[in-house]
Amino acid sequence: MAITREDVLHVARLARLEIPNAEVDRVRGELGAILEAVGKVGELDLSGVEPTSHPLDLANAWAEDEPQASLPREEALANAPDPREGAFRVPAAG
Amino acid sequence: MVGRGAPRVTGPLAVIDTLRLTAEGAAGLLESGEVSGPELAAAYLAAIEERDPELHAYLNVVGEAGQGVPIALKDCITTRGVPTTAGSKILEGYVPVFDSTVAARCKEAGLPLLGKTNMDEFAMGSSTENSAYGPSRNPWDPERVPGGSSGGSASAVAGGLAPWALGSDTGGSIKQPAALCGLVGLRPTYGTVSRYGIVAFASSLDQVGPITKTVRDNAWLYRIIAGKDPRDSTTVELPAPVELPAVEDLRGIRIGVPREMNDAEGIEPGVTESVRRTIALAEELGAEVGETSLPRSVEYGLACYYLVAPAEASSNLARYDGVRYGYRAPGEDDLAGMYMRTRWEGFGAEPKRRIMLGTYALSAGYYDAYYGQAQKVRTIISQEFAAAFERFDLLVSPTSPTVAFRIGEKAANPLAMYLSDILTIPPNMAGLPGLSIPCGLSEGLPVGFQIVGPQFSENLIFRAGHALERALGFDFVPERLR
Repeated sequence: MAITREDVLHVARLARLEIPNAEVDRVRGELGAILEAVGKVGELDLSGVEPTSHPLDLANAWAEDEPQASLPREEALANAPDPREGAFRVPAAG
Repeated sequence: MVGRGAPRVTGPLAVIDTLRLTAEGAAGLLESGEVSGPELAAAYLAAIEERDPELHAYLNVVGEAGQGVPIALKDCITTRGVPTTAGSKILEGYVPVFDSTVAARCKEAGLPLLGKTNMDEFAMGSSTENSAYGPSRNPWDPERVPGGSSGGSASAVAGGLAPWALGSDTGGSIKQPAALCGLVGLRPTYGTVSRYGIVAFASSLDQVGPITKTVRDNAWLYRIIAGKDPRDSTTVELPAPVELPAVEDLRGIRIGVPREMNDAEGIEPGVTESVRRTIALAEELGAEVGETSLPRSVEYGLACYYLVAPAEASSNLARYDGVRYGYRAPGEDDLAGMYMRTRWEGFGAEPKRRIMLGTYALSAGYYDAYYGQAQKVRTIISQEFAAAFERFDLLVSPTSPTVAFRIGEKAANPLAMYLSDILTIPPNMAGLPGLSIPCGLSEGLPVGFQIVGPQFSENLIFRAGHALERALGFDFVPERLR
Protein backbone atom coordinates (compact mmCIF):
# COMPACT_ATOMS: atom_id res chain seq x y z
CA MET A 1 0.00 0.00 0.00
CA ALA A 2 1.73 3.13 -1.20
CA ILE A 3 1.65 6.03 1.22
CA THR A 4 2.01 9.54 -0.17
CA ARG A 5 3.83 12.60 1.19
CA GLU A 6 0.43 14.10 1.87
CA ASP A 7 -0.59 11.02 3.89
CA VAL A 8 2.55 11.35 6.00
CA LEU A 9 1.99 15.05 6.63
CA HIS A 10 -1.68 14.45 7.40
CA VAL A 11 -0.95 11.68 9.88
CA ALA A 12 1.85 13.69 11.50
CA ARG A 13 -0.52 16.62 11.97
CA LEU A 14 -3.22 14.36 13.49
CA ALA A 15 -0.62 12.95 15.88
CA ARG A 16 0.74 16.41 16.70
CA LEU A 17 4.24 15.59 15.44
CA GLU A 18 6.19 18.38 13.76
CA ILE A 19 8.00 16.41 11.10
CA PRO A 20 10.84 18.36 9.45
CA ASN A 21 10.56 18.54 5.67
CA ALA A 22 13.87 16.74 5.26
CA GLU A 23 12.50 13.71 7.16
CA VAL A 24 9.26 13.23 5.27
CA ASP A 25 10.63 10.95 2.57
CA ARG A 26 12.50 8.73 5.02
CA VAL A 27 9.38 8.37 7.18
CA ARG A 28 7.30 7.72 4.10
CA GLY A 29 9.61 4.86 3.09
CA GLU A 30 9.57 3.31 6.56
CA LEU A 31 5.82 3.58 7.05
CA GLY A 32 5.20 2.31 3.53
CA ALA A 33 7.23 -0.83 4.17
CA ILE A 34 5.48 -1.51 7.47
CA LEU A 35 2.03 -0.83 6.04
CA GLU A 36 2.69 -3.28 3.27
CA ALA A 37 3.63 -5.94 5.81
CA VAL A 38 0.67 -5.32 8.12
CA GLY A 39 -1.69 -4.97 5.18
CA LYS A 40 -1.45 -8.75 5.03
CA VAL A 41 -4.49 -8.86 7.32
CA GLY A 42 -6.49 -7.85 4.25
CA GLU A 43 -5.87 -11.23 2.64
CA LEU A 44 -8.40 -12.90 4.91
CA ASP A 45 -12.12 -12.90 4.25
CA LEU A 46 -13.43 -12.14 7.72
CA SER A 47 -16.95 -10.99 6.92
CA GLY A 48 -19.15 -12.37 9.67
CA VAL A 49 -16.31 -12.43 12.23
CA GLU A 50 -16.89 -10.29 15.30
CA PRO A 51 -14.02 -7.93 16.18
CA THR A 52 -12.20 -8.40 19.49
CA SER A 53 -11.29 -5.24 21.33
CA HIS A 54 -10.56 -6.92 24.63
CA PRO A 55 -9.24 -10.40 25.51
CA LEU A 56 -11.45 -10.93 28.56
CA ASP A 57 -15.21 -11.24 28.56
CA LEU A 58 -15.70 -8.32 30.93
CA ALA A 59 -18.75 -6.16 31.29
CA ASN A 60 -19.01 -2.88 33.19
CA ALA A 61 -16.89 -2.53 36.32
CA TRP A 62 -19.14 -0.65 38.73
CA ALA A 63 -18.16 1.42 41.75
CA GLU A 64 -20.22 3.34 44.32
CA ASP A 65 -20.57 7.02 43.46
CA GLU A 66 -18.74 8.18 46.56
CA PRO A 67 -16.36 11.14 46.63
CA GLN A 68 -12.76 10.16 47.39
CA ALA A 69 -9.70 12.31 48.07
CA SER A 70 -8.21 13.65 44.88
CA LEU A 71 -4.59 14.55 44.12
CA PRO A 72 -3.56 17.64 46.13
CA ARG A 73 -2.86 20.66 43.92
CA GLU A 74 0.84 20.90 44.83
CA GLU A 75 1.37 17.25 43.88
CA ALA A 76 -0.52 17.68 40.64
CA LEU A 77 1.80 20.58 39.77
CA ALA A 78 4.97 18.89 41.03
CA ASN A 79 6.24 17.92 37.57
CA ALA A 80 4.84 20.87 35.65
CA PRO A 81 7.23 22.54 33.18
CA ASP A 82 5.70 25.97 33.93
CA PRO A 83 3.48 26.04 37.01
CA ARG A 84 1.96 29.47 37.58
CA GLU A 85 -0.66 30.59 40.12
CA GLY A 86 -1.68 27.04 40.88
CA ALA A 87 -2.18 26.12 37.23
CA PHE A 88 -0.29 24.76 34.22
CA ARG A 89 0.89 27.67 32.10
CA VAL A 90 1.14 27.07 28.34
CA PRO A 91 1.72 29.22 25.25
CA ALA A 92 -1.44 30.87 23.95
CA ALA A 93 -3.50 28.97 21.41
CA GLY A 94 -2.84 30.64 18.07
CA MET B 1 33.93 -5.78 46.36
CA VAL B 2 33.06 -9.20 45.08
CA GLY B 3 34.60 -10.29 41.81
CA ARG B 4 37.21 -12.32 40.01
CA GLY B 5 40.71 -11.33 41.02
CA ALA B 6 39.43 -9.39 44.03
CA PRO B 7 40.84 -10.29 47.45
CA ARG B 8 39.03 -13.16 49.11
CA VAL B 9 36.10 -11.77 51.05
CA THR B 10 35.16 -13.22 54.39
CA GLY B 11 32.10 -12.65 56.52
CA PRO B 12 28.53 -12.24 55.26
CA LEU B 13 29.49 -11.07 51.76
CA ALA B 14 31.21 -14.41 51.22
CA VAL B 15 27.91 -16.31 51.43
CA ILE B 16 26.19 -13.92 49.03
CA ASP B 17 26.99 -14.99 45.49
CA THR B 18 24.54 -12.64 43.81
CA LEU B 19 24.97 -14.45 40.50
CA ARG B 20 23.76 -17.72 41.92
CA LEU B 21 21.40 -16.57 44.69
CA THR B 22 17.71 -17.04 44.00
CA ALA B 23 14.96 -15.03 45.70
CA GLU B 24 14.03 -18.12 47.73
CA GLY B 25 17.69 -18.48 48.70
CA ALA B 26 17.91 -14.81 49.71
CA ALA B 27 14.75 -15.13 51.78
CA GLY B 28 16.29 -18.14 53.53
CA LEU B 29 19.45 -16.21 54.40
CA LEU B 30 17.41 -13.34 55.81
CA GLU B 31 15.11 -15.63 57.76
CA SER B 32 17.94 -17.61 59.34
CA GLY B 33 19.66 -14.39 60.30
CA GLU B 34 22.80 -15.43 58.41
CA VAL B 35 22.56 -12.19 56.47
CA SER B 36 20.85 -8.93 57.35
CA GLY B 37 18.77 -6.74 55.02
CA PRO B 38 21.47 -4.06 54.78
CA GLU B 39 24.17 -6.70 54.10
CA LEU B 40 22.07 -8.17 51.30
CA ALA B 41 21.46 -4.76 49.73
CA ALA B 42 25.19 -3.99 50.04
CA ALA B 43 26.07 -7.17 48.16
CA TYR B 44 23.84 -6.17 45.24
CA LEU B 45 25.16 -2.62 45.28
CA ALA B 46 28.71 -3.98 45.13
CA ALA B 47 27.79 -6.19 42.18
CA ILE B 48 26.07 -3.26 40.46
CA GLU B 49 29.15 -1.09 40.97
CA GLU B 50 31.31 -3.80 39.44
CA ARG B 51 29.20 -4.94 36.48
CA ASP B 52 26.55 -2.33 35.70
CA PRO B 53 28.96 0.12 34.01
CA GLU B 54 29.29 -2.59 31.35
CA LEU B 55 25.74 -4.04 31.40
CA HIS B 56 23.82 -0.77 31.83
CA ALA B 57 20.88 -2.71 33.23
CA TYR B 58 19.88 0.15 35.53
CA LEU B 59 18.70 3.67 34.78
CA ASN B 60 18.49 4.53 38.45
CA VAL B 61 20.00 2.66 41.41
CA VAL B 62 18.10 3.26 44.65
CA GLY B 63 19.62 0.56 46.91
CA GLU B 64 16.91 0.41 49.56
CA ALA B 65 17.56 -2.05 52.36
CA GLY B 66 14.79 -3.87 54.17
CA GLN B 67 13.52 -7.12 55.62
CA GLY B 68 12.56 -8.73 52.34
CA VAL B 69 14.22 -9.76 49.10
CA PRO B 70 15.29 -6.68 47.07
CA ILE B 71 13.72 -6.19 43.67
CA ALA B 72 14.44 -4.27 40.47
CA LEU B 73 11.51 -2.69 38.59
CA LYS B 74 11.32 -1.88 34.89
CA ASP B 75 11.22 1.87 34.42
CA CYS B 76 7.65 1.88 33.07
CA ILE B 77 6.48 0.94 36.57
CA THR B 78 5.57 4.12 38.42
CA THR B 79 7.33 4.53 41.75
CA ARG B 80 6.43 7.42 44.04
CA GLY B 81 9.34 9.77 44.61
CA VAL B 82 11.63 7.76 42.31
CA PRO B 83 12.16 8.98 38.73
CA THR B 84 10.26 6.99 36.11
CA THR B 85 11.18 7.54 32.47
CA ALA B 86 9.78 4.58 30.50
CA GLY B 87 13.14 4.73 28.68
CA SER B 88 12.18 8.03 27.04
CA LYS B 89 13.57 11.57 27.01
CA ILE B 90 10.02 12.89 27.01
CA LEU B 91 9.79 11.74 30.65
CA GLU B 92 13.31 12.69 31.68
CA GLY B 93 13.17 14.05 35.22
CA TYR B 94 9.58 12.96 35.79
CA VAL B 95 9.14 11.97 39.42
CA PRO B 96 5.77 10.30 40.05
CA VAL B 97 3.61 11.46 42.95
CA PHE B 98 1.98 8.09 43.32
CA ASP B 99 2.91 4.39 43.33
CA SER B 100 1.68 1.95 40.74
CA THR B 101 -0.34 -0.86 42.28
CA VAL B 102 2.41 -3.40 41.57
CA ALA B 103 5.05 -1.18 43.22
CA ALA B 104 2.73 -0.73 46.21
CA ARG B 105 2.19 -4.49 46.47
CA CYS B 106 5.95 -5.11 46.38
CA LYS B 107 6.33 -2.53 49.17
CA GLU B 108 3.57 -4.16 51.23
CA ALA B 109 5.38 -7.49 50.81
CA GLY B 110 8.50 -5.86 52.25
CA LEU B 111 10.57 -5.99 49.04
CA PRO B 112 13.09 -3.12 49.08
CA LEU B 113 13.61 -1.27 45.79
CA LEU B 114 17.04 -1.88 44.27
CA GLY B 115 16.42 0.38 41.31
CA LYS B 116 14.66 1.06 38.00
CA THR B 117 15.79 -0.82 34.98
CA ASN B 118 16.40 0.14 31.37
CA MET B 119 13.91 -0.59 28.61
CA ASP B 120 13.06 0.11 25.00
CA GLU B 121 11.31 3.48 24.95
CA PHE B 122 7.63 3.11 25.89
CA ALA B 123 8.15 -0.66 25.75
CA MET B 124 8.46 -0.50 21.97
CA GLY B 125 11.23 -2.83 20.92
CA SER B 126 12.79 -6.26 21.22
CA SER B 127 16.38 -5.45 22.14
CA THR B 128 16.47 -2.43 24.52
CA GLU B 129 18.36 -0.59 21.75
CA ASN B 130 15.43 1.81 21.50
CA SER B 131 16.09 3.18 24.98
CA ALA B 132 16.76 6.89 24.85
CA TYR B 133 19.45 6.24 27.47
CA GLY B 134 21.53 3.68 25.57
CA PRO B 135 21.17 -0.11 25.30
CA SER B 136 21.59 -2.68 28.03
CA ARG B 137 23.90 -5.62 27.40
CA ASN B 138 23.46 -9.35 27.70
CA PRO B 139 25.48 -10.80 30.62
CA TRP B 140 26.10 -13.95 28.53
CA ASP B 141 27.87 -11.83 25.89
CA PRO B 142 28.01 -8.05 26.37
CA GLU B 143 28.31 -7.50 22.60
CA ARG B 144 24.79 -8.87 22.32
CA VAL B 145 21.37 -7.59 23.24
CA PRO B 146 19.54 -8.80 26.35
CA GLY B 147 16.29 -8.68 24.41
CA GLY B 148 13.49 -6.21 24.95
CA SER B 149 11.66 -4.30 25.90
CA SER B 150 12.39 -5.54 29.46
CA GLY B 151 16.09 -5.94 28.66
CA GLY B 152 17.32 -4.01 31.69
CA SER B 153 15.39 -6.25 34.09
CA ALA B 154 16.64 -9.39 32.37
CA SER B 155 20.22 -8.15 32.27
CA ALA B 156 20.06 -7.26 35.98
CA VAL B 157 18.79 -10.68 37.07
CA ALA B 158 21.08 -12.71 34.80
CA GLY B 159 24.04 -10.50 35.69
CA GLY B 160 23.60 -11.00 39.43
CA LEU B 161 22.53 -7.38 39.91
CA ALA B 162 19.11 -8.26 41.32
CA PRO B 163 17.64 -11.50 42.67
CA TRP B 164 14.43 -10.88 40.73
CA ALA B 165 12.70 -8.18 38.76
CA LEU B 166 9.45 -7.08 37.21
CA GLY B 167 9.10 -6.43 33.52
CA SER B 168 6.17 -5.74 31.24
CA ASP B 169 4.97 -7.64 28.19
CA THR B 170 2.84 -6.42 25.30
CA GLY B 171 4.19 -8.37 22.30
CA GLY B 172 6.64 -10.55 24.21
CA SER B 173 8.70 -8.08 26.18
CA ILE B 174 9.03 -10.30 29.26
CA LYS B 175 9.23 -13.69 27.59
CA GLN B 176 11.78 -12.79 24.91
CA PRO B 177 14.39 -11.07 27.14
CA ALA B 178 14.01 -13.92 29.64
CA ALA B 179 14.75 -16.34 26.78
CA LEU B 180 17.78 -14.40 25.55
CA CYS B 181 19.24 -14.11 29.06
CA GLY B 182 18.61 -17.67 30.29
CA LEU B 183 15.88 -16.71 32.74
CA VAL B 184 12.29 -17.51 33.63
CA GLY B 185 9.73 -14.92 32.50
CA LEU B 186 5.97 -14.99 32.90
CA ARG B 187 3.56 -13.03 30.80
CA PRO B 188 0.40 -13.42 32.96
CA THR B 189 -3.19 -13.88 31.84
CA TYR B 190 -4.45 -10.46 30.79
CA GLY B 191 -6.33 -8.91 33.69
CA THR B 192 -4.57 -10.71 36.53
CA VAL B 193 -2.02 -7.98 37.25
CA SER B 194 -3.01 -4.34 37.66
CA ARG B 195 -1.93 -1.82 35.03
CA TYR B 196 -2.64 1.14 37.35
CA GLY B 197 0.53 3.22 37.27
CA ILE B 198 2.10 1.29 34.42
CA VAL B 199 3.14 3.68 31.65
CA ALA B 200 0.68 2.56 29.00
CA PHE B 201 1.66 1.29 25.57
CA ALA B 202 -1.25 -0.88 24.36
CA SER B 203 -3.97 -1.16 26.96
CA SER B 204 -5.59 -4.36 25.71
CA LEU B 205 -2.21 -6.14 25.70
CA ASP B 206 0.09 -4.69 28.40
CA GLN B 207 0.78 -6.92 31.42
CA VAL B 208 3.42 -6.73 34.14
CA GLY B 209 5.12 -9.98 35.15
CA PRO B 210 8.12 -11.50 36.95
CA ILE B 211 11.58 -12.14 35.53
CA THR B 212 13.43 -14.58 37.79
CA LYS B 213 16.10 -17.29 37.94
CA THR B 214 13.72 -20.12 38.81
CA VAL B 215 10.11 -21.07 38.22
CA ARG B 216 9.36 -21.16 41.95
CA ASP B 217 10.70 -17.60 42.36
CA ASN B 218 8.47 -16.60 39.47
CA ALA B 219 5.35 -18.10 40.99
CA TRP B 220 6.15 -16.47 44.33
CA LEU B 221 6.53 -13.00 42.80
CA TYR B 222 3.41 -13.48 40.66
CA ARG B 223 1.48 -14.31 43.82
CA ILE B 224 2.68 -11.03 45.37
CA ILE B 225 1.58 -8.81 42.50
CA ALA B 226 -1.49 -10.56 41.07
CA GLY B 227 -5.13 -9.97 41.90
CA LYS B 228 -8.04 -7.66 41.22
CA ASP B 229 -7.45 -3.94 41.69
CA PRO B 230 -10.35 -1.49 41.94
CA ARG B 231 -8.09 1.12 40.33
CA ASP B 232 -7.81 -0.95 37.14
CA SER B 233 -11.22 -1.90 35.85
CA THR B 234 -9.70 -4.42 33.44
CA THR B 235 -8.52 -6.63 36.30
CA VAL B 236 -10.30 -9.70 37.63
CA GLU B 237 -10.06 -11.85 40.71
CA LEU B 238 -7.86 -14.94 40.29
CA PRO B 239 -10.08 -18.05 40.20
CA ALA B 240 -7.65 -19.90 42.51
CA PRO B 241 -4.68 -18.96 44.69
CA VAL B 242 -1.23 -19.09 43.07
CA GLU B 243 0.60 -22.27 44.07
CA LEU B 244 4.36 -22.65 44.30
CA PRO B 245 5.16 -25.69 42.15
CA ALA B 246 6.69 -28.78 43.77
CA VAL B 247 5.73 -31.80 41.64
CA GLU B 248 8.56 -32.85 39.32
CA ASP B 249 6.75 -34.89 36.72
CA LEU B 250 4.31 -34.12 33.93
CA ARG B 251 1.98 -37.10 34.33
CA GLY B 252 -1.53 -36.39 33.17
CA ILE B 253 -0.56 -33.30 31.19
CA ARG B 254 -1.33 -33.16 27.46
CA ILE B 255 1.20 -31.00 25.62
CA GLY B 256 0.47 -29.75 22.12
CA VAL B 257 3.17 -28.73 19.66
CA PRO B 258 1.65 -26.30 17.14
CA ARG B 259 3.52 -26.91 13.93
CA GLU B 260 3.35 -23.30 12.76
CA MET B 261 4.95 -22.07 15.99
CA ASN B 262 7.69 -24.68 15.86
CA ASP B 263 8.51 -24.70 12.16
CA ALA B 264 8.19 -20.96 11.43
CA GLU B 265 10.63 -19.45 9.01
CA GLY B 266 13.59 -17.84 10.67
CA ILE B 267 13.91 -20.19 13.64
CA GLU B 268 17.60 -21.00 14.06
CA PRO B 269 18.53 -24.73 13.90
CA GLY B 270 20.18 -24.54 17.35
CA VAL B 271 16.95 -23.21 18.82
CA THR B 272 14.89 -25.94 17.18
CA GLU B 273 17.25 -28.61 18.50
CA SER B 274 17.05 -27.42 22.12
CA VAL B 275 13.27 -27.16 21.93
CA ARG B 276 12.89 -30.63 20.37
CA ARG B 277 15.07 -32.15 23.11
CA THR B 278 12.93 -30.44 25.72
CA ILE B 279 9.73 -31.77 24.19
CA ALA B 280 11.25 -35.29 24.26
CA LEU B 281 12.15 -34.71 27.91
CA ALA B 282 8.56 -33.71 28.61
CA GLU B 283 7.45 -37.06 27.27
CA GLU B 284 9.96 -38.84 29.50
CA LEU B 285 8.47 -36.95 32.44
CA GLY B 286 5.10 -38.46 31.65
CA ALA B 287 3.44 -35.86 29.43
CA GLU B 288 1.29 -36.93 26.53
CA VAL B 289 2.72 -35.03 23.54
CA GLY B 290 1.00 -34.47 20.22
CA GLU B 291 1.09 -32.20 17.21
CA THR B 292 -1.49 -29.53 16.60
CA SER B 293 -2.06 -26.61 14.30
CA LEU B 294 -2.80 -22.89 14.53
CA PRO B 295 -3.40 -22.31 10.82
CA ARG B 296 -3.53 -18.52 10.73
CA SER B 297 -2.32 -17.32 14.15
CA VAL B 298 1.37 -17.27 13.33
CA GLU B 299 1.01 -16.22 9.70
CA TYR B 300 -1.21 -13.24 10.52
CA GLY B 301 -0.30 -12.65 14.17
CA LEU B 302 2.55 -10.22 13.58
CA ALA B 303 0.51 -8.09 11.16
CA CYS B 304 -2.42 -8.12 13.58
CA TYR B 305 -0.24 -6.99 16.47
CA TYR B 306 1.54 -4.28 14.50
CA LEU B 307 -1.84 -2.74 13.75
CA VAL B 308 -3.59 -3.15 17.11
CA ALA B 309 -0.68 -2.17 19.36
CA PRO B 310 0.41 0.99 17.48
CA ALA B 311 -3.24 2.06 17.19
CA GLU B 312 -3.68 1.79 20.95
CA ALA B 313 -0.29 3.45 21.46
CA SER B 314 -1.26 6.41 19.30
CA SER B 315 -4.04 7.05 21.78
CA ASN B 316 -2.02 6.32 24.93
CA LEU B 317 0.93 8.48 23.91
CA ALA B 318 -1.30 11.47 23.10
CA ARG B 319 -0.96 12.57 26.73
CA TYR B 320 2.71 13.51 26.25
CA ASP B 321 2.21 17.10 25.20
CA GLY B 322 4.54 19.13 27.42
CA VAL B 323 1.68 20.60 29.46
CA ARG B 324 1.59 18.83 32.81
CA TYR B 325 4.85 16.85 33.05
CA GLY B 326 7.89 15.80 31.10
CA TYR B 327 9.75 17.52 28.32
CA ARG B 328 8.45 20.75 26.79
CA ALA B 329 10.11 22.20 23.70
CA PRO B 330 11.43 25.62 24.64
CA GLY B 331 10.80 28.86 22.80
CA GLU B 332 7.38 28.17 21.28
CA ASP B 333 4.88 31.00 21.58
CA ASP B 334 1.91 29.12 20.18
CA LEU B 335 0.23 26.10 21.74
CA ALA B 336 -0.07 23.89 18.67
CA GLY B 337 3.55 24.52 17.78
CA MET B 338 4.57 23.66 21.32
CA TYR B 339 2.70 20.35 21.17
CA MET B 340 4.17 19.42 17.81
CA ARG B 341 7.78 20.30 18.53
CA THR B 342 7.65 18.80 22.03
CA ARG B 343 6.46 15.49 20.68
CA TRP B 344 8.80 15.39 17.68
CA GLU B 345 11.81 16.25 19.86
CA GLY B 346 10.84 14.26 22.94
CA PHE B 347 9.92 10.91 21.34
CA GLY B 348 12.49 8.61 19.77
CA ALA B 349 12.21 7.15 16.27
CA GLU B 350 10.34 3.95 17.15
CA PRO B 351 7.54 5.59 19.18
CA LYS B 352 7.09 8.16 16.43
CA ARG B 353 6.91 5.42 13.82
CA ARG B 354 4.32 3.50 15.80
CA ILE B 355 2.27 6.58 16.66
CA MET B 356 2.06 7.48 12.97
CA LEU B 357 1.31 3.91 11.97
CA GLY B 358 -1.43 3.67 14.57
CA THR B 359 -2.88 7.05 13.62
CA TYR B 360 -3.02 5.99 9.98
CA ALA B 361 -4.66 2.66 10.84
CA LEU B 362 -7.36 4.46 12.80
CA SER B 363 -7.93 7.33 10.41
CA ALA B 364 -11.08 7.88 8.39
CA GLY B 365 -11.09 5.78 5.27
CA TYR B 366 -8.51 3.32 6.56
CA TYR B 367 -10.03 2.20 9.87
CA ASP B 368 -12.02 -0.76 8.49
CA ALA B 369 -9.27 -2.15 6.30
CA TYR B 370 -6.56 -1.89 8.94
CA TYR B 371 -7.59 -1.61 12.57
CA GLY B 372 -11.07 -3.07 12.10
CA GLN B 373 -9.70 -6.00 10.14
CA ALA B 374 -6.92 -6.56 12.71
CA GLN B 375 -9.54 -6.79 15.48
CA LYS B 376 -11.23 -9.58 13.52
CA VAL B 377 -7.93 -11.39 13.04
CA ARG B 378 -7.60 -11.19 16.82
CA THR B 379 -10.89 -13.11 17.14
CA ILE B 380 -9.60 -15.77 14.75
CA ILE B 381 -6.42 -16.16 16.83
CA SER B 382 -8.42 -16.58 20.05
CA GLN B 383 -10.62 -19.18 18.37
CA GLU B 384 -7.64 -21.17 17.05
CA PHE B 385 -6.02 -21.34 20.49
CA ALA B 386 -9.33 -22.27 22.09
CA ALA B 387 -9.70 -25.12 19.61
CA ALA B 388 -6.18 -26.37 20.33
CA PHE B 389 -6.90 -26.27 24.07
CA GLU B 390 -9.79 -28.68 23.60
CA ARG B 391 -7.24 -31.41 22.93
CA PHE B 392 -4.27 -30.15 24.92
CA ASP B 393 -3.64 -28.58 28.32
CA LEU B 394 -0.53 -26.62 27.28
CA LEU B 395 1.08 -25.59 24.00
CA VAL B 396 4.83 -25.26 23.56
CA SER B 397 7.29 -23.64 21.15
CA PRO B 398 10.54 -21.71 21.11
CA THR B 399 10.10 -18.30 22.75
CA SER B 400 12.36 -16.49 20.33
CA PRO B 401 13.30 -17.63 16.82
CA THR B 402 16.92 -16.76 17.53
CA VAL B 403 19.39 -16.57 20.38
CA ALA B 404 20.64 -13.13 21.43
CA PHE B 405 21.73 -11.15 18.37
CA ARG B 406 24.52 -8.58 18.23
CA ILE B 407 23.93 -4.98 19.26
CA GLY B 408 23.32 -3.04 16.06
CA GLU B 409 22.51 -6.12 13.97
CA LYS B 410 18.77 -5.44 13.58
CA ALA B 411 18.52 -1.87 14.83
CA ALA B 412 18.45 -0.33 11.35
CA ASN B 413 15.63 -2.54 10.11
CA PRO B 414 12.35 -2.21 12.03
CA LEU B 415 10.69 -5.11 10.22
CA ALA B 416 13.58 -7.48 11.00
CA MET B 417 13.32 -6.44 14.65
CA TYR B 418 9.55 -7.03 14.67
CA LEU B 419 10.13 -10.64 13.61
CA SER B 420 11.69 -11.33 17.03
CA ASP B 421 8.15 -11.40 18.40
CA ILE B 422 6.65 -13.80 15.86
CA LEU B 423 6.23 -16.62 18.41
CA THR B 424 5.33 -14.58 21.49
CA ILE B 425 2.66 -12.44 19.80
CA PRO B 426 -0.01 -15.01 18.91
CA PRO B 427 -0.81 -16.10 22.49
CA ASN B 428 -0.66 -12.47 23.63
CA MET B 429 -3.36 -11.46 21.16
CA ALA B 430 -5.63 -14.05 22.81
CA GLY B 431 -4.87 -12.74 26.31
CA LEU B 432 -3.17 -16.04 27.19
CA PRO B 433 -0.49 -16.58 29.82
CA GLY B 434 2.94 -17.74 28.71
CA LEU B 435 6.09 -18.74 30.56
CA SER B 436 9.57 -18.84 29.05
CA ILE B 437 12.09 -21.14 30.70
CA PRO B 438 15.71 -21.67 29.60
CA CYS B 439 16.04 -25.08 27.93
CA GLY B 440 19.58 -25.20 26.63
CA LEU B 441 22.35 -23.35 24.84
CA SER B 442 23.01 -22.76 21.17
CA GLU B 443 26.42 -21.35 20.24
CA GLY B 444 26.88 -20.78 23.97
CA LEU B 445 23.77 -18.59 24.23
CA PRO B 446 20.51 -19.38 26.04
CA VAL B 447 17.48 -20.80 24.27
CA GLY B 448 14.00 -20.12 25.68
CA PHE B 449 11.10 -22.59 25.74
CA GLN B 450 7.62 -21.05 25.69
CA ILE B 451 4.80 -22.75 27.58
CA VAL B 452 1.35 -21.33 26.81
CA GLY B 453 -1.85 -22.19 28.62
CA PRO B 454 -5.51 -21.17 28.62
CA GLN B 455 -6.50 -18.06 30.54
CA PHE B 456 -5.94 -18.45 34.31
CA SER B 457 -3.83 -21.62 33.93
CA GLU B 458 -0.72 -20.20 35.61
CA ASN B 459 -0.61 -22.96 38.23
CA LEU B 460 -0.44 -25.63 35.53
CA ILE B 461 2.12 -23.64 33.57
CA PHE B 462 4.29 -23.22 36.67
CA ARG B 463 3.97 -26.94 37.43
CA ALA B 464 5.16 -27.86 33.95
CA GLY B 465 7.92 -25.25 33.97
CA HIS B 466 9.22 -26.38 37.34
CA ALA B 467 9.28 -30.07 36.40
CA LEU B 468 11.15 -29.31 33.19
CA GLU B 469 13.52 -26.92 34.96
CA ARG B 470 14.48 -29.64 37.45
CA ALA B 471 15.00 -32.21 34.72
CA LEU B 472 16.94 -29.85 32.44
CA GLY B 473 19.34 -28.64 35.15
CA PHE B 474 20.12 -25.47 33.17
CA ASP B 475 22.74 -23.32 34.91
CA PHE B 476 21.39 -19.76 34.83
CA VAL B 477 24.73 -18.17 35.74
CA PRO B 478 26.31 -16.91 32.48
CA GLU B 479 29.33 -19.04 31.63
CA ARG B 480 31.73 -16.12 31.38
CA LEU B 481 30.80 -14.99 34.90
CA ARG B 482 31.14 -18.34 36.68
